[in-house]
Amino acid sequence: MSQKNRLQSGGRIDRSKAVTFSYNGRRYKGYQGDTIASALLANGVDIVGRSFKYSRPRGIVAAGAEEPNAVLQLGATEATQVPNVRATQQELYDGLVCSATNGWPSVESDLMGVMGSIGGKMMPPGFYYKTFMYPQSMWPTYEKFIRKAAGLGRAPQERDQDAYDIMNQHCDLMVVGAGPAGLMAALTAGRSGARVIIADEQSEFGGHLLSSREQIGGKSAADWVADVVAELAKLRNVQMLPRSTVNGYHDHNFLTINENRTDYKGDKAPDGQVRQRMHRVRAHWVVLASGAHERPLVFGNNDVPGCMVASAVSTYLNRYGVVPGSKLVLMTTNDGAYQTALDWADAGREVVAVVDTRANPNGDLIAATRARGIKVITGSAVIDVKGKKRVSGVIVAAIDAKRDKVTGKPQQLGCDTVASSGGWSPVVHLSCHAGSRPVWNDDIIGFVPGPTIQKQLTAGGINGSYSLDKVLSEGIKAGQDAASRLGLSPAAVKLPNVRSVREGKPMALFHVPHTKPTSRAPKQFVDLQNDVTAAGIELATREGFEAIEHVKRYTAMGFGTDQGKLGNINGMAITAKVLGKTIPETGTTVFRPNYTPIAFGAIAGRNCKELFVPKRFSAMHKWHVEHGAEFEDVGQWKRPWFYPKAGETMQQALDRECKATRESVAILDASTLGKIDIQGKDAREFLGRVYTNAWAKLAIGKCRYGLMCGEDGMVFDDGVTSCLGDNHFLMTTTTGGAAHVLEWLEFYHQTEWPELEVYFTSVTDHWATMTISGPNSRKLLAELCDDIDLGKDSFKFMDWREGTVAGVPARVFRISFTGELSFEVNVQANYGLHVWEKLFEHGAKYNLTPYGTETMHILRAEKGFIIAGQDTDGSMTPIDLGMSWCVSNNKPFSYIGKRGMAREDCVRGQRKHLVGLKTKDPSVVLPEGAQAVADPKQPIPMDLLGHISSSYWSANLNRSIAMGFIKGGHDRMGETVYYPLADGRVIEAEICSPIFLDPKGERQNV
Amino acid sequence: MLHIYCPHCRELREEEEFHAKGQAHIARPLDPDACTDKEWGEYLFFRKNPRGLHHEIWYHTAGCRKFFNLTRDTQTYEIKEIYKIGEQPEVTADKG
Amino acid sequence: MSETLAPEKVATENVAVMNQLAGRGVRAESPLYHAGLDKLSALNPRAGGVLLRELKLLGHLTLRGSQKNASFMNGCAEVLGLALPTLPLTSVEKGGVSIRWISPDEWLVVLPADQAYEVERGLRAAIEGHFSVVNVSGGQTILELSGPNACDVLKKSTVLDVHPSQFPVGKVAGTVFAKSTALVRRSGEASWELVIRRSFADYVWLWLQDASREYGLVIKS
Repeated sequence: MSQKNRLQSGGRIDRSKAVTFSYNGRRYKGYQGDTIASALLANGVDIVGRSFKYSRPRGIVAAGAEEPNAVLQLGATEATQVPNVRATQQELYDGLVCSATNGWPSVESDLMGVMGSIGGKMMPPGFYYKTFMYPQSMWPTYEKFIRKAAGLGRAPQERDQDAYDIMNQHCDLMVVGAGPAGLMAALTAGRSGARVIIADEQSEFGGHLLSSREQIGGKSAADWVADVVAELAKLRNVQMLPRSTVNGYHDHNFLTINENRTDYKGDKAPDGQVRQRMHRVRAHWVVLASGAHERPLVFGNNDVPGCMVASAVSTYLNRYGVVPGSKLVLMTTNDGAYQTALDWADAGREVVAVVDTRANPNGDLIAATRARGIKVITGSAVIDVKGKKRVSGVIVAAIDAKRDKVTGKPQQLGCDTVASSGGWSPVVHLSCHAGSRPVWNDDIIGFVPGPTIQKQLTAGGINGSYSLDKVLSEGIKAGQDAASRLGLSPAAVKLPNVRSVREGKPMALFHVPHTKPTSRAPKQFVDLQNDVTAAGIELATREGFEAIEHVKRYTAMGFGTDQGKLGNINGMAITAKVLGKTIPETGTTVFRPNYTPIAFGAIAGRNCKELFVPKRFSAMHKWHVEHGAEFEDVGQWKRPWFYPKAGETMQQALDRECKATRESVAILDASTLGKIDIQGKDAREFLGRVYTNAWAKLAIGKCRYGLMCGEDGMVFDDGVTSCLGDNHFLMTTTTGGAAHVLEWLEFYHQTEWPELEVYFTSVTDHWATMTISGPNSRKLLAELCDDIDLGKDSFKFMDWREGTVAGVPARVFRISFTGELSFEVNVQANYGLHVWEKLFEHGAKYNLTPYGTETMHILRAEKGFIIAGQDTDGSMTPIDLGMSWCVSNNKPFSYIGKRGMAREDCVRGQRKHLVGLKTKDPSVVLPEGAQAVADPKQPIPMDLLGHISSSYWSANLNRSIAMGFIKGGHDRMGETVYYPLADGRVIEAEICSPIFLDPKGERQNV
Repeated sequence: MLHIYCPHCRELREEEEFHAKGQAHIARPLDPDACTDKEWGEYLFFRKNPRGLHHEIWYHTAGCRKFFNLTRDTQTYEIKEIYKIGEQPEVTADKG
Repeated sequence: MSETLAPEKVATENVAVMNQLAGRGVRAESPLYHAGLDKLSALNPRAGGVLLRELKLLGHLTLRGSQKNASFMNGCAEVLGLALPTLPLTSVEKGGVSIRWISPDEWLVVLPADQAYEVERGLRAAIEGHFSVVNVSGGQTILELSGPNACDVLKKSTVLDVHPSQFPVGKVAGTVFAKSTALVRRSGEASWELVIRRSFADYVWLWLQDASREYGLVIKS
């Protein structure tokens, strides 16, 4: 297909580089420098989608981020699918594949459109709420069809192979937008020595100057931009980010910028390159120079393909060398849009008429237009558009804008393109992100940024300043202001000469009247992406939605991926008019990040796949991997879970590991336990305050188990703490609780008891810890340790000793979590694997067996030892856990948890107590989480007594064992309870002591 | 994302280095055992949720591991002042 | 009993001090031992924007004490041969010993591993009052990043402002590093040292390889 709308010359496209692309399965040609939109227009493609609700054909309306219709699905392969791509922003590359996101069977002949045109009246605002509310259970079914019909693009079904990343940036000044204002601000601040980042969403810096035929300082706008960019590039303190959309402006001048690094190069990022990069910028000052979007006018059938925003028509003409039609009618409320008629005429195509809503427009551009022989119809408006899939004509009539009436006889003009301009709306989006509300400015007929606490300056179009000399001078001033606020001396920058244009006053018109009342007039679209019409807004206000936020939510105005960039102001103005209020009284909705849609990949950055969550390893990890361990996640740690041998099931491996521990000797990597070195003369006092039990008399060389409670009296962590010296202790915590416990200790020390002389230092990673457990553990240790007397009476249970194990200085703790004779060997982690391997060299003859966390859990459950976090959930006191032996109320200081435990609710009877549970059928293992009831035949909802917290098959006892909670359980030993399960089974169990094995603790004392 | 001045490191750092620890100036009763259940409950559970100035305690988790206080406007997120543990705020609601 | 011996006696009772270094012949494995950096360095491309080296198996002592305690400040200066830096976020270095400020009452001393025990004993002998010394040598390691793109890798990994005007040579900052943490120090115009935790070392190693990919990573032995 030929590019019938491509001009012979002009534009910033590279005509020597033709590219081929595919849209809706058909191949087209364009040039490097085109966007998809400019290339489609060049090829005469009118329809780029079907509308959201009415399925009406839609064409390209704008030329930038504000485009509501041309939102395409991009991607040549399944893995490279990208939804929500604005054709007006996506640069063309060879081989690009895109398609419209909706329309069935195709956008050109859409069946839903029939329903839209017939059923338009049947789909008022709130249609979905009103129609699909009942029955509620059917919503998922409705939703499926509604989503399909709406066609908002789709996510890829295959994994995106491209890399995305995040970069943290800091600067003195962040300049948002590289149009004339932004360029001047960056240049001025850059010359003043500030660290500047300037970002712009377009492929080139220059903003609207890229589409302009103005002269600046005696040069073409394009040459002037090139010179400024060249100087910025030379400044080492200025970082330029083209193709970078500032998507969010968050608290304390934090900005998120999405940089497209390779999206313009191809479907997939070239090897090794990052496709998109999120810059997270912290800026001392920010200059918002985000410009303005031209507002289309709201008139009958203003959505027919061929209706465009006036400045977009100029952009296609001047920047891309594309004239998007043959016969133009331009409707405007202001002088500026006349330039579009002049541009069109210069391209050699016909301007049918300029329709000016003002009675007596008289600026320079009007004179120039008239001088070209172009017909100017004043005091009139385009009230309706003819044509279905492309504009074929317009109805023009004289209007009384004040009284909102058509006053003259409508006449029809033939044309294929309607450009409209209702003035400009400053792009205030970013200024709203941190909570500031825009304020209405009558002079410029638009909202400008409101008061803010951000260190923010604004320049150019965002202020409603649209004349080039003003824009440039505001840019210079913003750069100078920023420099002086940064404590720099501002550089002098000369304001370049520009053409001065005499302009008449624009008219405040948003909604063009029709001969019929709005409710019966042809559809007058306000929000093209969400199919919100003027009549819909009127209806919403009649139904009582008077607050602008309610109108927005009820009609869905501005809810699309375009965030209502084109339509919102018109919608607010219509709401105000219906309510008989002014626009400032009605107020405005605000905007949230992101300014334009971004890929999930850009948010995730590199925090995906193997880098998603850090994996923490002990010093012996490599050995575990080599010996076939299965791993369990405990916090971020990868702990060996069990070590299956070839052909073993998990249960078989556990049975073997459990038996080996009780029968000979087994070893656990316990390095992950939290370890905190505590020094200072008040260390002992501090321990007494944070543990529930007594520490005053713990002697050097001794270890003690402790429970930690919150102020509410509920257990949150536990562990063994050893007295290394009178002023020196080593605390251990649970693996998952280590960081929290250290922060807890510091919190109390720094904020409550700073007078206590104590220091805490984490040594979790410093020590490699291996627990050798079982009747042969002493014999094994003795083979590698000859400087500690391991004798039963000299190295007692709950003692620790310093010595040498396998040639490595070690601290050995005789503590036991399995109930067996156990030695916990601690060596500096650099030697962990050496000692571990030596133990195995010597352990073979004892069948030294490595065991993981699951066997540890079973062995401790056989002994009734709790695991904080498994058998506790923040609602159990030590008493509930049957651990009153670990609570000392004789301590002089009211330790943390003491008062909490004495609260009324903690001392009442019938609290849930930790007990053991033996199933009547010893072969049945209760599922953890199962709830006990006294009578399984009672009606639902049943009276629940408590849940199972730990449950295992015990190979040593040849039966199942469980720990769990039962109301008043400590007084109900021997009673029977029932566990009704989801699968219909009811398991009967007897309440018993949680100590299933060796209740006297003889095995650990041998 | 807040930008927080650490009074110990003496420079502004990014929020992800910190943990927010809630309302500041909740002193642990000197004699907890003398508290009624109501008094203890208020110490333990009741916190302010003001629209406006809020005195908070923060922890420089990834940095110097020191706690400190700040006064923050919960509406604007503006940090009005930073002060060390043991010091009192100067910006308070009653001072306007 | 001489005065010089008296404090040592007290120390042994109050605090357990231990020479944790094994004798020769015992293999010591740094946190990145398993990555085989020495082997990788032999396979390296010649050029790359990022150079990485593990400064492994050094002695690391965490010192805690009050700057108001003259005995602590003087004792440290005397035993370490250089005074503790009191200006926040600074470090000092002399010979094989470097000291990083961590907080107003915490410093990290990095020194040859075989000096850790003697220095700890020396400190305990020299200082009176409240202080602590903890050997954390096994729990952390130091990665040195250098090369023209080292700053870019840091910007991908930390939220610090690494611009020379904000982060001059010698500055130290504890911060988040990807999803872990690091004590970052600028050791030269284009070189950086990251003190990282042992258990996170493999994660940081994976992260650095990934973050350096576009610049080219050269491993130094």
